[in-house]
Amino acid sequence: MPASLDIAGFAVLLLLALAVLAPLLRSVRSIQIPLAFSLGAVASLAAVVAGIMTVAAGSVASATMSVGLPGLPFHLRLDPLAGFFLVVIGLVGLFVSIYSIGYVKGYGGVRSMTQMICFYTLFLAGMLLVVLADDAYFFLVAWELMAAASYFLVMYEDEKGENRRAAFLYLLIAHVGALAILLAFGVMAGQSGASGFDGYTFDAMRSAHLSSGWAAAAFFLAFFGFAAKAGVIPLHVWLPEAHPVAPSNISALMSGVMLKTSIYGICRFAFDFIKIFPWWWGGVVLALGLISAVMGVLYALMQHDLKRLLAYHSVENIGIILIGLGLSMIFAAFHLPALAALALVAALYHTLNHAIFKGLLFMGAGAVLHATHVRNMEEMGGLIHRMPWTAPLFLVGCVSISALPPFNGFVSEWLTFQAFLLSPALPHPLLRLLIPLGAALLALTGALAAACFVKVFGVVFLGQWRGHQKPERIHEVGPSMRGGMLLAAISCLLLGILPTWVIGWLDTIPEQLCGAKLSESAGKLGWLWLTPIAHERASYSGPVVFIGILAVVAVTWLLLHVRATSVSRVPIWDCGFVKLTPRMQYTASAFSMPLRRVLGFLFAVREQVEIVPHTNHPALPGSLQYRLRIRDRFWNWLYAPQGDAAYWVARQVGRLQQGRIQIYLLYSFVTLIVLLVFLG
Amino acid sequence: MTHTFAVQLNSLLAALILLTAFALLAQRKILGLVHIFAWQGFFLALSTAVIGYASGEHHLYISSLLTLVMKVILLPYILYTLVRKLKVHRDIDAVVNIPTTMLLGIMLVVFSYHLTAPIRELSNLMTRSTLAVALATVMLGMLMMVTRRHAVTQILGFLAMENGLFFAATSATYGMPMVVELGVALDLLIAAFIFGIFFFHISTTFESLDVEQMAKLKETD
Amino acid sequence: MSLHPFGIELLQFVLLLGLAPAFAGWVKTLKCLAQGRTAPGILQPYRDIRRLFGKDIVLAENASWIFRFTPYLVFGVTAVAAGIIPLISVDLPLAATADVIALVMLFGIVRFFTALAGMDIGTAFGGMGSSREMMVASLAEPAMLMAVFTVSLASNSSSLTQMVAVMGHAEFVIRPSLAFALAAFIMVALAETGRIPVDNPATHLELTMVHEAMILEYSGRHLALIEWAGMMKLTLFFALGIAAFSPWGIASDGDIGALLLAFGSLLLKLAVGALVMVLIETGLAKMRLFRLPEYLGSAFLLATLGMIAFFILE
Repeated sequence: MPASLDIAGFAVLLLLALAVLAPLLRSVRSIQIPLAFSLGAVASLAAVVAGIMTVAAGSVASATMSVGLPGLPFHLRLDPLAGFFLVVIGLVGLFVSIYSIGYVKGYGGVRSMTQMICFYTLFLAGMLLVVLADDAYFFLVAWELMAAASYFLVMYEDEKGENRRAAFLYLLIAHVGALAILLAFGVMAGQSGASGFDGYTFDAMRSAHLSSGWAAAAFFLAFFGFAAKAGVIPLHVWLPEAHPVAPSNISALMSGVMLKTSIYGICRFAFDFIKIFPWWWGGVVLALGLISAVMGVLYALMQHDLKRLLAYHSVENIGIILIGLGLSMIFAAFHLPALAALALVAALYHTLNHAIFKGLLFMGAGAVLHATHVRNMEEMGGLIHRMPWTAPLFLVGCVSISALPPFNGFVSEWLTFQAFLLSPALPHPLLRLLIPLGAALLALTGALAAACFVKVFGVVFLGQWRGHQKPERIHEVGPSMRGGMLLAAISCLLLGILPTWVIGWLDTIPEQLCGAKLSESAGKLGWLWLTPIAHERASYSGPVVFIGILAVVAVTWLLLHVRATSVSRVPIWDCGFVKLTPRMQYTASAFSMPLRRVLGFLFAVREQVEIVPHTNHPALPGSLQYRLRIRDRFWNWLYAPQGDAAYWVARQVGRLQQGRIQIYLLYSFVTLIVLLVFLG
Repeated sequence: MTHTFAVQLNSLLAALILLTAFALLAQRKILGLVHIFAWQGFFLALSTAVIGYASGEHHLYISSLLTLVMKVILLPYILYTLVRKLKVHRDIDAVVNIPTTMLLGIMLVVFSYHLTAPIRELSNLMTRSTLAVALATVMLGMLMMVTRRHAVTQILGFLAMENGLFFAATSATYGMPMVVELGVALDLLIAAFIFGIFFFHISTTFESLDVEQMAKLKETD
Repeated sequence: MSLHPFGIELLQFVLLLGLAPAFAGWVKTLKCLAQGRTAPGILQPYRDIRRLFGKDIVLAENASWIFRFTPYLVFGVTAVAAGIIPLISVDLPLAATADVIALVMLFGIVRFFTALAGMDIGTAFGGMGSSREMMVASLAEPAMLMAVFTVSLASNSSSLTQMVAVMGHAEFVIRPSLAFALAAFIMVALAETGRIPVDNPATHLELTMVHEAMILEYSGRHLALIEWAGMMKLTLFFALGIAAFSPWGIASDGDIGALLLAFGSLLLKLAVGALVMVLIETGLAKMRLFRLPEYLGSAFLLATLGMIAFFILE
């Protein structure tokens, strides 16, 4: 039986080979796409297998490769934490690869397939390598590979100015983040006490003993860097720009998986490298998580571009994951390992769940985009009649992300609530009072997410078609796209109703990172009942909820269909107003209006209503125009001043450019003289 | 009435005092505010009596009675007639964003809990846990004075602050000496007369009790 | 003599299915009495449901399967919740299915799908109802969670049976935290079950409808199921309140005598609870939609004060 590290290595090599071979396959276009993405799926599956094995066994395997710079070989390591993220990347990679076979065909003949395949495989390989890397050098190489590949994928439809702008913004923030991570590694390596270049390995960082000041510097530099990649507010601005313009399969990967690599990084730094930290680190993580969760979902609620809305939900869900991580860090700082394990498992579980349901939702959005060619929700409606497969699958994603039982989003959010409920165990009186308020914010987030997805599903799939083109031209997507979504939807359900198994499998991670296991208490009453701490404390049973609801529904349906009753289909009741048109339906903006009114002070909302009087009679309104503009406040507060400052500096530097050759020669001459002075 | 029961009852009254402090923050109508203020005084008087009974410090009964007369009957009555006379009983105070004020209030309670933690450790009085509530009441009164615009509500905020101080004295040391208490009560009464006079002057000068109007007094340049 | 736990489970299930319309009828009767109208009698809801089950269904042309599936789902979820909240005994095999938080989320499914069904036909009424319902729910959720949190502090558990067991046997203590939590819970429960002052269950006026607007298009057995589930939900919220705040009398096992006693006390508590609700509903007017944030904000504040009172004073 091959070792799990070998399987993971095989996955990476297969992906890299695909990237190299893609141009060679260009001539045989008919098989290029199916072959490349099927092999991508195989590689992803291999990563999943490797990850599952590692986490289940709790094994740690490492290898040193002879590649790299002289004296700086690449190190690989596969421990349960890395294994878990392999599963996250691999699962979504698998679904999206299957989905891509059909989706990418849509670009056929218009755009280069080779480019897509090449960067797609490099992107996947980069993410796998980030998780596998065991030294700072290799980690950053992989990190940059991931960032660069995804940059080109965001730029895929590069003739649109919007896409170029989004990609640039993405690259910019990604690099500011990468710089911070580099500095964090520098601090760790510099303080690790290892001689020469040895400090750059993760092993050296693990055994380093940092003073509290340096440790905080390292952690918060890393946290800043990873937060920029994860889209934590206020570093989130690139996310709603880049996700909508990327091809949908790429959005699914970026939102579902790429953001999670930063969660991996934060876990690695906090629990693996530094290990001992004061509680306020967790407090900062928790606070930023709460802000991201609430603001993310509120911004999402205000959007009517389907993919942009989903992008803001990624900000929200990253927030929820950070809430779990922050709680776990707080518990760990107070030496409450069992509670820290619970919160960590909640965070990791949500990481997995979010990867899958957000992947599903982006794939669904891609299917809708594929069929209708619009992203604006206000021009959709009634798609449930035209897309009988996509609609229920998308609905599964909606229910999951809204944290409703029995689907997976509920389980992880419920676990996070349980972690909150245990906060009275903290010895710090102030935290005991403040942390429950966080639970209330999380509840608000969950409820707002539900409101948002009622809006999404209701406006896109229900009601009547609002668009300009004929709805008859909309067709259901092909089998591979349906297949990818179906697999993701099934995973959502399974992860929702079998949490005891998943937690039992995950258990090696908290065991290694927090020093406590959860499965002993979590599965005490058997696989049917999830009891995170003790069954007297709280319990939940996914299977019973699922089967119970199913059973009652089935019995009721049967009982009510014993006697044949007629169902007559009639036109919509129009209250006697005969000219009812689809445009009179509630729109997405109308749906979110009450919440916009109540919580609008958090945004820069500008509403304009313009009534042009009727030509015949001034008292009658002739036409009415409604304009709504909602802007991200952070853009004005944080980014616009910085952008202005950068422009100002650039203009000042620009003065050096005189355009006269003598002046440039003078610069060189002066530089030379200054250098000579220093040398002398 | 057993000792533990008295402690519990006192906790309940403390909670109610805190509730009325928040209700003062949330209430818009002027007359409603006067009623809530009277209730706060009533709970305060009751709490003082309970502490007096449980601790055996019988002078607290007098304080309790004094509170009852002053803060439940006399001051609300004065305010009530003032409000009627000035014809502001229908006024609705413009409050800056009630939910935000409430959240600030909660933060203040948490803060006062944090501040009183060392005292809780040192003290062995049965009322030590209510000290945080007392301090919070003072702070909430202050917050009310900051966020309100109407002169009457500002005075009510001031009086609520005094209630908090009184409560703090009973919880921290079983009350102040009788002389001090009598003095404070007299001061309050005089203050009530003084602000009554001022209300008349403000309302005749500006034809409104909105203190924002006083910004007009500033010399413009 | 004692009843097997599964017997209790079945009994409770039947009890709730059967009792819910009577309870709704009782509420209606009390309300009529309070407002000086002639009451239709406690049994009227049964007659309504039977009549609706007998009727044919009229469906809008573009209604999708969501619209037809929702009544069954709403009924199914409510029925599952009925098996979880202890009514007469804590010895329920299914009680561990969900703790209070999961239970609240279960009702979230009902709301989610009812709101979707409201948008399915594509009329402005349905969309309006869904939009308002989701707003109310979003703002009610933090207050609900806070109330649950405060209650769980006292019994150190969020599992209902455990709460009942701990609270039912504790000696009498004045707990300001629980009083606050109860007040908050009542306010939120009024919002969640769509009663005055949040929503008016008896109106079909477009400006004031919330829940009724979403289910306006339903007819026949679909409507019957939704109405029945609505009555069960109302009863369940009362049962939830009883289990969390005054669990005295709920049996700890399947002893027949204890069960009978528990049943008696349940009826008594339900009757009194309904009276309180009717007094609230008669005394207050329905609020404007944009006053609701303040109402629900106050509920949140009360629950938070309860939590604070627990830590500071108890």
